[in-house]
Amino acid sequence: MPLALKTYPTLAEAGSALSDAGARYIGGGTLVVRAANEGDVSLSTFVRSTDPELSVIKVEGGRATIGASVAMSAVARHPDLSAIAKAARAVGGPAIRNMATVGGNLFAAAPYGDFAVALLALDATVHTTAGDLGIEEFLAGRDGRVVAGVSFAVPPAENFRFVKVSRVKPKGVAVLSIAAVIEADAGKVRSARIALGCMADRPIRARSAEKALAGATLREEDVAPAVAAIGEGVHPITDAIASAWYRAEVLPVHFRRLLLE
Amino acid sequence: MAKVPVQFTLNGEEKAEFVDAGATLIKVLRDKLGDTSPKGGCNQGTCGSCSVIIDGELRLSCLTLAETCNGADILTTGGLARDGVLHPLQRAFMDEFAAQCGFCTPGMIMAAKALLDSNPKPTREDVIDALSGNICRCTGYEPIIRAVLTAARSNSQNAA
Ligand SMILES: Cc1cc2nc3c(=O)[nH]c(=O)nc-3n(C[C@H](O)[C@H](O)[C@H](O)COP(=O)(O)OP(=O)(O)OC[C@H]3O[C@@H](n4cnc5c(N)ncnc54)[C@H](O)[C@@H]3O)c2cc1C
Ligand code: FES
Ligand code: FES
Repeated sequence: MPLALKTYPTLAEAGSALSDAGARYIGGGTLVVRAANEGDVSLSTFVRSTDPELSVIKVEGGRATIGASVAMSAVARHPDLSAIAKAARAVGGPAIRNMATVGGNLFAAAPYGDFAVALLALDATVHTTAGDLGIEEFLAGRDGRVVAGVSFAVPPAENFRFVKVSRVKPKGVAVLSIAAVIEADAGKVRSARIALGCMADRPIRARSAEKALAGATLREEDVAPAVAAIGEGVHPITDAIASAWYRAEVLPVHFRRLLLE
Repeated sequence: MAKVPVQFTLNGEEKAEFVDAGATLIKVLRDKLGDTSPKGGCNQGTCGSCSVIIDGELRLSCLTLAETCNGADILTTGGLARDGVLHPLQRAFMDEFAAQCGFCTPGMIMAAKALLDSNPKPTREDVIDALSGNICRCTGYEPIIRAVLTAARSNSQNAA
């Protein structure tokens, strides 16, 4: 398996090198090196950029910008990102968290991509070498773009909810994950953004449930319509962890718990 | 196959080698540098037996390209004993019977060391979380958790 690593000072140069056959961008390498180890012969060159900007976390005026090369552990321990730390801590075990990057998580196919689920609920902007785009649009066509980083408004801790359901505790691959940013006025939901992991090959928004939640209080009798709508439009994956049927069955249960927590 | 130079510190010793381009760190440590303490269990990131500490952080040597370690400071379980005296973690793993076949042990010890270096007085939950990326197929986790807690206690006694 002939392989090579090409390192460039800027992301733009790395991006140009990706047009060569067999070239793949490498962030932390937890998925691409694993693919090479498993004998993925479509891979011949790893390409990366060591631009220090890619490893920076900035939080200014309530908005966070996280470079693509920032690892999950750095997000999890950042004092200004404590509101969303649990989404970063949900990724892998400690060694994986030290390696897994924010950029790489955006490309991880389900059942991976727990942090990307959180970024979708946060309505993050993805900064790429070809310009900025909303995360939903980014996720829809994610191949071929080189990511410099993401930015989003940091929500108050009480507005951000996240759960990753897994069979093995404390770490383990997701049966599903749910992230929600819920804003309320006087106990009534003003707006909700809900994102789901493992309910398609990539993170998706649960728009029907979001609508059903508007104006509701987060009480048992009031959340029922949203809970009933959470499965609309989902196409869960089947893998060694769970079948699509099982994932669809337990989604409303975990969503209800997340709303009432 | 193309060779590339890599240079890093391994357990305090300067190392410089020409390695296969794209080689993983575990291959270089074991096959080139003769440090067989990191074990290759899965080569997929799932077992933790290849865990090493790079610049103070726990990492998986099976998923790390050697070339990305230029200038790094790498620690492995193979470098823990000093002049024949075992590290407190190694001693505790022996005393608590925390190893059976021993295949997972060097990775467990590195994960435990990464924990104790940043959190010298961990709770049981901290230990469980720190070892959550490491799989043991024979000892069972209780003796391993006990060993890490024992090592933490003996460290703090020695420091007192
Ligand atoms: C044992 C194990 C457990 C795991 N557990 C979890 C988990 O619990 N939750 C979870 O979400 N994930 C998990 N993962 C998957 C993975 O570690 C994470 O998704 C991680 O964030 C991927 O990032 P990376 O930097 O390692 O990606 P890499 O392997 O470096 O890259 C992954 C993909 O993204 C592309 N890419 C990376 N960075 C960029 C960029 N800046 N621009 C363009 N393309 C880019 C690469 O070309 C590649 O296609 C696990 C993996 C392993 C091996
Ligand atoms: S060999 Fe590296 S995690 Fe299993
Ligand atoms: S002692 Fe055999 S795998 Fe842990």
